[in-house]
Amino acid sequence: MSIKIEHISKSFKDVSALKDISFEVKEGELFGLIGPDGAGKTTLFRILTTLLIADEGMATVAGYDAIKNYKDIRNHVGYMPGRFSLYQDLTVEENLEFFATIFGTTVEENYDLIKDIYIQIEPFKKRRSGKLSGGMKQKLALSCALIHKPKVLFLDEPTTGVDPVSRKEFWEMLKRLQQKGITILVSTPYMDETALCDRIALIQDGKILEVDTPQEIINHYPKKIYNIKADKMYELILALNAYEHNHSIYPFGEYVHYTDKRGDFNPTELIQFLEGKGLKNISIQPTETTIEDTFMELAR
Amino acid sequence: MKQTNVIKVENLTKMFGDFTAVNAVSFEVKKGEIFGFLGANGAGKTTAMKMLIGISTPTSGDAQVAGFDVYKNPDDIKKNIGYMSQKFALYDDLTVKENITFFGGIYGLSRHQIKEKRCQLVEELGLQEVVNELVSSLPLGWKQKLAFSVALLHDPKIIFLDEPTGGVDPITRRQFWEMIYKTAHNGTTVFVTTHYMDEAEYCDRVSIMVDGKIEALDSPKKLKEHFNVASMNDVFLKLARG
Amino acid sequence: MKRFIGFIKKEFYHIFRDKRSLFILFGMPIAQIMLFGFAITNEINNVDIAILDKSKDVTTQEIINKISSSKYFSNKQLIENEAEIASVFKKGKVKAVLIFENDFSKKLIKENKATIQIITDATDPNTANTISNFTNSILHNYQQEINKDIKIAYQIIPQTQMAYNAELKSVFMFVPGVMTIILMLVSAMMTSISITKEKELGTMEILLVSPLKPFQVIIGKVVPYIFLSVINAIVIIVLSIFIFKMPVQGSLIMLGAESILFIINALSLGILISTFSETQQTAMLVSFMGLLLPVMLLSGFIFPISSLPNILQIISTIIPATWYIIILKGIMLKGVGLAILWKETLILLGMTVFFMALSIKKYKIRLE
Repeated sequence: MSIKIEHISKSFKDVSALKDISFEVKEGELFGLIGPDGAGKTTLFRILTTLLIADEGMATVAGYDAIKNYKDIRNHVGYMPGRFSLYQDLTVEENLEFFATIFGTTVEENYDLIKDIYIQIEPFKKRRSGKLSGGMKQKLALSCALIHKPKVLFLDEPTTGVDPVSRKEFWEMLKRLQQKGITILVSTPYMDETALCDRIALIQDGKILEVDTPQEIINHYPKKIYNIKADKMYELILALNAYEHNHSIYPFGEYVHYTDKRGDFNPTELIQFLEGKGLKNISIQPTETTIEDTFMELAR
Repeated sequence: MKQTNVIKVENLTKMFGDFTAVNAVSFEVKKGEIFGFLGANGAGKTTAMKMLIGISTPTSGDAQVAGFDVYKNPDDIKKNIGYMSQKFALYDDLTVKENITFFGGIYGLSRHQIKEKRCQLVEELGLQEVVNELVSSLPLGWKQKLAFSVALLHDPKIIFLDEPTGGVDPITRRQFWEMIYKTAHNGTTVFVTTHYMDEAEYCDRVSIMVDGKIEALDSPKKLKEHFNVASMNDVFLKLARG
Repeated sequence: MKRFIGFIKKEFYHIFRDKRSLFILFGMPIAQIMLFGFAITNEINNVDIAILDKSKDVTTQEIINKISSSKYFSNKQLIENEAEIASVFKKGKVKAVLIFENDFSKKLIKENKATIQIITDATDPNTANTISNFTNSILHNYQQEINKDIKIAYQIIPQTQMAYNAELKSVFMFVPGVMTIILMLVSAMMTSISITKEKELGTMEILLVSPLKPFQVIIGKVVPYIFLSVINAIVIIVLSIFIFKMPVQGSLIMLGAESILFIINALSLGILISTFSETQQTAMLVSFMGLLLPVMLLSGFIFPISSLPNILQIISTIIPATWYIIILKGIMLKGVGLAILWKETLILLGMTVFFMALSIKKYKIRLE
């Protein structure tokens, strides 16, 4: 096991940020911690990177205890905090060199590991990092977190505030890093970013809702979901709320994701009901479950 | 029923020195529409929006917002729009009640109106228990819903939302969109700027800005059909990669 | 060691790329010295006075001539009655009025005493005080002149001599004070800001989750500022020697060594401040209120410690700057060495060790 978390709890004053959390991350795994802002993701990351001490429970990273052997952990992990945490007034190159030196290594020594990523920002190596675009900043931060060849990589919301193109590239980079034997724990509020993870943990309000592969989590969803559409969105939602058999109603882009309480749900009956409410152009189609549906079902 | 345009923009341009942040942008937004204004960071959407809400003067081009000209009547525009940003919405160190009173006050509502609006808003959002609590003690989702309602206190014709649901939990986010649908249903136009493509899926129509220009403008459904992809995210990827 | 050098290199990049901090670093000392040297001064020159001479005889005329020929006073204005006194003061130019009583000469000869009243505008107490001192001394000289043939038994004549700063040049008083303030500012404020900046940026998190040890981070932060502070101290001393002709009587080496001791002291205070400040703004405010103001007001720089209320006198003894100013004045103006200043040096050293230990102890290896 690369990361082991056992019954971790942590409170700040009277707010409890983590409530009895346990899970494990296997060696070489790309593991996603998925949850909204304020769910406790950053607190958990800080406990694992030895920046905070848990009130209860224990954690080990790369075999080292997060409290007793904190110095060993600091030598063997790479950490990319939630916001862009590099020196804005230093150039790309200077940032990288600085982080190499404080970890007692050189850029040349581990260049192989970061080459893939760094090559994309190398043309701008003389530019101050504060002047980079969001995507480039993120690549630089990742290069800096990798420069000492860590065993475990902690990435706290690396894709927040980054455009879709850079997000996609970033996940592709993570996949390649994983192949080099680095264990990666990454957190994100985006439910649609889970596809490339080996396993994910869903977290909300300091509690783990579920830990499994993305596919298994979707498979666990107990109901059949229907995409419903009509000419007027708001009236559709009101009408569905008034339908006595509804189990859940969630707007999902241009559709509403609907589940029914009954096992033998009959769309025709619902169409009639909606037409009775004055809605037109109604369509009801079965649809695929997403991680987001599961998350909402578990968080209810 | 005749559809009226509440925002009319023609060849709107903003230059900073030699740099063209917004390059001859044109579009129209109908009354009661939910209009998504998308683009990556630095694509120019914030600059464009600042011109529309009357806090930045365009270099050239024309724009009318809520019937007022952005050059001549920026102050009238401000009276007729609401604005909510993710970064700043409410004062954390004031209570729910104090925030409502303050924002009602700056939009010139009478004390009586504020009280009436407050009671109505508190009841709709189910905030009875926390009316006298500091906003900082509320969960993020509540704050956001409250901020949205506060931005609507003065019954604006258009409400501008800047990345309203980034990072919010999925259930609260849906409740938030239900509020947006309701607002649009009641005739207020909703203008959403965001770089989260999944927020785009909820809009009636979206425009996508790349490097200061609008590269696509249509309903999410038609855009997806046009680019033959499954999600707005993919539409964006196709546009950005050319 | 390589880590350490890498860290220091980075600090210098920060300093040289931030125009604001560069300005504070090198603009402030020069500006302050010039300000205190040229603009703000205790000396009086060409002060306007008014004279109400009720007797108008030979003696009063002689005294008036003496006074007007002095470089301190000018533009004597003659007034005719008491009623005019208030109005000349109100006009604001006249700072003092001399009133000779009726029959001045006659009284002086007959009764051996005559009175001159000196009224000064005490809205500026320092100037008022100096004016009356100067007037007294002129009168005193005149008295000696006219008495030189007459022997009066048992007359005590006080003779005042301004030792060490014979010309009463205020710049000599200000240089040690300004130097103390600048060193405090550069060392304490700048270090505390530079550490809290890393907290704000989030880079502190990354530094913590790295093999760097706390003392390495601290020393790495401190070394560049020691270097810069020493340069600053040199700039101030050179400026004061060459522009204001300030003498440095004692040993330059001792001056340097004591300054480095004080710099380290100020740096440890800066680190201490950064351990409990989360933002640059707090750090700046705390350094300003907690360090600079006491140095300005309580260290004997502007107000003499002996004239402070008791409680403030006690507080002044726990301010490191108080001791450093004593040391500086000792070395620069009196030319004394460790034989005299050992006590002050020891106190300063003790404070330095204490603050250094405290700040290293308080420096957190975690986020809370």
